Amino acid sequence: MNAPVKFETTLKDWETDQEVRWCPGCGDYAILKAVQRTLPQLGANPSNTCFISGIGCSSRFPYYMETYGFHTIHGRAPAIATGVKLANPDLDIWLVTGDGDGLSIGGNHMMHVLRRNVNMQIMLFNNEIYGLTKGQASPTSREGTKSPSTPIGSYDRPANPCAFALGAGARFIGRGFDVSKNLPDVLKAAHAHQGAAFIEIFQNCIVYNKDVFEDFAAPKGAGDRQLWLEHGKPMLFGDPKAGFDKGLALDRDSLKLKVVDATEENWEEAGVLVHDQTDRTIAHMLIEMPFGPFPMALGVLYDDPAPTFEAAVIEERAKSAAGKDANLAKLLAKGQTWTVEADEGHPTD
Amino acid sequence: MATQAAETPAQSPEAVVVRFAGDSGDGMQLTGGQFTLSTALAGNDLATFPDFPAEIRAPQGTLFGVSAFQINFGSREINTAGDAPDVLVAMNPAALKVNLAALKPGGLIIIDTGEFTKRNLDKAKYDVSPLEDDSLAKWDVLAFDISALTIEAVKPFGLGNKDALRSKNMWTLGLALWMFDRDRAPIEDWLKSKFKSKPEIADANIAALNAGHAYGETAELSGPMKQMSVAPVASEPGLYRTITGAESISLGLVAGAQLADLPMFFGGYPITPASAILHHLARLKEFGVTTFQAEDEIAAICASIGASYAGQLGVTSSSGPGIALKTEAMGLAIMTELPLVIVNSQRGGPSTGLPTKTEQSDLYQAIYGRNGDAPMPVISACSPGDAFECAIEACRIATQYMTPVMLLTDGYIANAAEPWKVPDPETFEPFPAKFLEASNANEEGGELLPYKRDAKGARPWIKPGTPDLMHRIGGIEKAVDTGHIDYAPDNHQEMTDARINKVLGVDVPDQEIAEGEAGGKLVLVGWGSTYGPIRRAVGNARAKGLDVSHIHVRHIWPLPKNLGDLLKSYEHVLVPEMNTGQFKTVLRDQFLVDATPLTKTSGQPFAIAELEEAIGKYFDNIPDNEGGQVRVNDDQLPSPETD
Repeated sequence: MNAPVKFETTLKDWETDQEVRWCPGCGDYAILKAVQRTLPQLGANPSNTCFISGIGCSSRFPYYMETYGFHTIHGRAPAIATGVKLANPDLDIWLVTGDGDGLSIGGNHMMHVLRRNVNMQIMLFNNEIYGLTKGQASPTSREGTKSPSTPIGSYDRPANPCAFALGAGARFIGRGFDVSKNLPDVLKAAHAHQGAAFIEIFQNCIVYNKDVFEDFAAPKGAGDRQLWLEHGKPMLFGDPKAGFDKGLALDRDSLKLKVVDATEENWEEAGVLVHDQTDRTIAHMLIEMPFGPFPMALGVLYDDPAPTFEAAVIEERAKSAAGKDANLAKLLAKGQTWTVEADEGHPTD
Repeated sequence: MATQAAETPAQSPEAVVVRFAGDSGDGMQLTGGQFTLSTALAGNDLATFPDFPAEIRAPQGTLFGVSAFQINFGSREINTAGDAPDVLVAMNPAALKVNLAALKPGGLIIIDTGEFTKRNLDKAKYDVSPLEDDSLAKWDVLAFDISALTIEAVKPFGLGNKDALRSKNMWTLGLALWMFDRDRAPIEDWLKSKFKSKPEIADANIAALNAGHAYGETAELSGPMKQMSVAPVASEPGLYRTITGAESISLGLVAGAQLADLPMFFGGYPITPASAILHHLARLKEFGVTTFQAEDEIAAICASIGASYAGQLGVTSSSGPGIALKTEAMGLAIMTELPLVIVNSQRGGPSTGLPTKTEQSDLYQAIYGRNGDAPMPVISACSPGDAFECAIEACRIATQYMTPVMLLTDGYIANAAEPWKVPDPETFEPFPAKFLEASNANEEGGELLPYKRDAKGARPWIKPGTPDLMHRIGGIEKAVDTGHIDYAPDNHQEMTDARINKVLGVDVPDQEIAEGEAGGKLVLVGWGSTYGPIRRAVGNARAKGLDVSHIHVRHIWPLPKNLGDLLKSYEHVLVPEMNTGQFKTVLRDQFLVDATPLTKTSGQPFAIAELEEAIGKYFDNIPDNEGGQVRVNDDQLPSPETD
């Protein structure tokens, strides 16, 4: 596990003396605070914690965390983090990336860090735009997004980060958004997960893509728009004060999700699904649920641990080294050798 | 010419060059490798040159599917794989056609007539069989049906024709072992161990080996086949083995990591000819080695940088196109000042170029090929054995100076084998890495300064996980000492200077002279795998009384401090290299010397004769350059008369 001994810290202990350089009102501030609030609750040790990022607005994150930090190059943070983790598996690694960094230039590395299942938390800040380069459409921008590079609207279909992660073999998929109060819970679950934990965090870029998540992130009507999943609990949503009024059920003929009327009292009769976070098929349906008639699935969508990459590497190394003598002199003299005797009469010079 | 068989009795030449050539499925590399082993065990000095197509199984019988293995061995010091073979073994018409031009006049050709069918002759684009016209008149030809003889020899083992023919290479090897009076026992041992689970295959191969050997004994009675005996070479006493460059680099890296007292992390991605290093290291886990086959070249270097950051010795290796992909990450390692060893096994370029052929054309890439002012030490190995020491040197500089280091080798060094005096690890000076354990600001501690430099200009190495030394690093320009983000003009100037000066200040030993003396008419300055041919050509020229010396540079960047004065002590500087003149440009730039290029980019190493010709032109002032394969710029070629 990442931090075997619970470490006593407060939020302040995780702040650096560096001036935070995001735009005023950026969603990144809220995420930073959520992370700084979560780490003391986890009992994490700053000396044993390492934030690794790529390039982009979100990737400035390590400079603001009083931990070890490595601000690397565009898209490559998963590869660097893999090397760090293999060299020191005891480190608690948090990867910070964005939709451009993690899914465009670094999409390949993201795929492989997930399929290998390297134990770390991967926070992908999705603002559906390239912010640091002044607002070009990104791989998650919705079709028709107007930007300096797509003046009459983007025309390539967006990638769905969680669907990508699931397809790549991720064993943990979480989702939250910058200002949601539940974000720390998602982070905690990701931290508890042994293996690569992928967390998509919707983040409001107030300069280049303002309020693009307002449909579900706005506090007003949030109950109808957000489905916060909990393992073992029915998938109910709607006004929580009224004891919910809707639920997700499976249409068994079409094998698709459907919204049904249901309450905390009658959800079983209404056929509302109980969230099983180890169910990959339902996780896929939740991830790809078309927003509009359906709510946005948030929280821990999928959590089904598998052996980690670093454990496999350590095991392979031990197996490969078993019974072998690490004697360099012997290694150098391996194979078929011959000796030239001094008495052959050849001077050494 | 490397061999002097003409001047010595035919039965005991001082050196012999043999080339085994066949279809890429004929097992010529294996044959060559085993012949090399037996030659080494017989105490000869040797050098080899495997030359094979990029295709794994090129269409059978075609000209481009020919695979060859050349070995030069002798009772004197051998520097190259030899210019022209004395003996050519041609397993099919295509192999004959491709390799015939290289064969020395009067040399011996051994031909498998069983493969000289109409179909194979057509594939090799022969209208008439060379066995039936007089096109082979210049040479001694020994043509017989090796295929049929092999089938006959392995008959008792009940193999089908196809399987039986697989032993053809062992039959041929048996014949070659007879020719040079070699012991068959080590090969038999090797076959038994290789086919441990299939003893009948081992037996069949041994039978073929013995049959080939017996054929030689019988054939000696008539025809051109003569048994030759090459005496052991005069070598320093000690324990010897054969080694290829890829093995030697792998062992050197393991030794370097031990001397630095660090576990090694090797990140690699499959690429020819660098993959062999990954393969070797993957089997050396007991030495604290972790190998990681990454998703691409970029991830391979990035994971290695991550491992270095976390306190291991990060190493990555590739060849030209892969090195190009790693470029941005090298800049990160330079900026974050982390140790890293990057091995570049150069091959013909640009782009995919000639994956299995050798070239030295990545020199600019190594010294200059990054964005920004991105200084990096560069070392080049001059032979398979030398690569061991170079790898250790790369580890030393990387860890002592907190910098990435590039180690240049090439396809020739990676694949070629030579006898190697097994070094004693105790003779290498350890250079244990130090990690910062407490704040370095002052004696009381105070704010950590991750970029505070030591006398060498190196910053401290601080492992994440060390209590209370949390700090941030990255690719953005750093403030002096604190390492915080800083774009200030003066700061960037100071940090740029600090990075440049650190690398220029690396302690590089003074340049020595490989052969000859300081001052004089002409010096040949080489680097990398051209060592062998230059050494021999200069040696031959000096034997004729010519005033020519040889300097071979290992430390390409920074260059040895005395090199400029040394070069200026000669009237003329000639720089042979397997590119279009890259090192020549560096020397001119650094020392304002009138260095003249002698270049070759055919994917083949320099022949000694080509270099001797160039030396001869200088001394004789020959106006033309006809007959030489090397394009020499006559306007630039130095000559005493024209200067």
